[in-house]
Amino acid sequence: MGADTSLRDRFERGLAAPICLTWELTYACNLACTHCLSSSGRRDPKELTTEEALGIIDEIADMKVFYINIGGGEPMIRRDFFQLIEHAVDRRVGVKFSTNGTRIDRAAAQRLASIDYLDIQVSVDGADALTNDRIRGTGSYVAARRAMDNLAAADFGPFKISVVMTRESVEQLDEFEQLAAGYGAQLRLTRLRPSGRGVDVWNELHPSLAQNRRLYRWLVERPEVLTGDSFFHLSALGDPLDGLNLCGAGRVVCLIDPVGEVYACPFVIHDEFRAGNVRDAGFAAVWTRSELFESLREPESPGACGSCGSYDACRGGCMAAKVFTGLEMTDPDPECVFGHGEAALAAKGVVHRPTPTPDHSRRVPVSISAR
Amino acid sequence: MTTSTTGVFDTSAPWSLSEQVSLRDESFGALAYHHGNRRLVFLKSPELVALVRRLDEFESVDDAVEAVAPAHERGRYTGALRSLHRSGMLRGR
Ligand code: SF4
Ligand code: SF4
Repeated sequence: MGADTSLRDRFERGLAAPICLTWELTYACNLACTHCLSSSGRRDPKELTTEEALGIIDEIADMKVFYINIGGGEPMIRRDFFQLIEHAVDRRVGVKFSTNGTRIDRAAAQRLASIDYLDIQVSVDGADALTNDRIRGTGSYVAARRAMDNLAAADFGPFKISVVMTRESVEQLDEFEQLAAGYGAQLRLTRLRPSGRGVDVWNELHPSLAQNRRLYRWLVERPEVLTGDSFFHLSALGDPLDGLNLCGAGRVVCLIDPVGEVYACPFVIHDEFRAGNVRDAGFAAVWTRSELFESLREPESPGACGSCGSYDACRGGCMAAKVFTGLEMTDPDPECVFGHGEAALAAKGVVHRPTPTPDHSRRVPVSISAR
Repeated sequence: MTTSTTGVFDTSAPWSLSEQVSLRDESFGALAYHHGNRRLVFLKSPELVALVRRLDEFESVDDAVEAVAPAHERGRYTGALRSLHRSGMLRGR
């Protein structure tokens, strides 16, 4: 599906319901990945109750949201995890959920395998324990592989292996491809964004211009690799990558966080991008009427990208990546393939970077081997 | 992942929307999502949406198109149905 411009214009004006609705069920996590987009660790005492969560599922089912992307924190830590996803599937809302795998023992794998319309993404950040554990913590690679083994043994079918592209993991593309092939799994690569704890590590961890160029070519040759539409800023290098190729924040994308706050996208957990709370008048009211979403659906100005011949392919990149590196919405993406983002940052001298608002990081380091 | 196992698209035969597909109305027409193969498809006009919704009232695709689409647009509508069929969205009856 290439970019269809007329349709893209429609999408930029918003839809009756999101296509890509992420719902983070809890801020609790038993790992402490250095780049966690939601700064997770500790459960928030105000997290939605089972009753409230079931109500939201009913509401989004009525809005005909086709599927939800469930994340966290580690969603399987919630005691009502299975109850919630089974209710969603019963209401014909597909579930795609993202997990660190630590809770997928044999029994859990079997239960997951018995649910229709369920996709699982097991996250790793390296094709070997050394690379992975530097980001995700000691023991996390072994735990993720155990989850994959259990899913395979339970005949789950083609689950997904999800990797955030860092300066290190981007050098292991072929290894990830082999890892996925070995399980009959699908590989999914996504972009590292300076969100949550990612703000602190983005400078050292984001791929270089040369690495991004290689990544683009690797992806163009492999349309079967999933990307969640996250590398459209690289489409400026040539043929567009598969996907809508636009920033969907507040238009086709949004996030419900564990305490019911609705943000324009999972990567902008910050007051400035908060549209409302589902506890006030439900999710639909926020989606259709919030001032923030209405403003995001206005036609945007290409700003500094206006004179770029690739604007139609790249649309100036990712709003979250700009804002949390200290750029303006009208600046080029910090990873602009022509280096204009780096130049814009350098020209700023002193860079003011907003700090993501809620932080649920744990105050002591964790290691899952010590459980 | 399920691929289309719906066979050749014979427009003289009766078809309907697969029961695995959810349709959601949008200002430009509708979005269709197939829960099995996870494909998302855009129906780019309200007339096409009406046609798709009414497919199972007719004994053939040709009859449905004839009843719903203006004469000069029939080719285009049949083409749109053909592409829906390729995405696995239609089911032979
Ligand atoms: S200048 Fe802007 S539109 Fe052009 S490639 Fe860079 S970020 Fe994209
Ligand atoms: S802000 Fe970035 S991550 Fe969020 S929807 Fe836009 S492009 Fe995607």
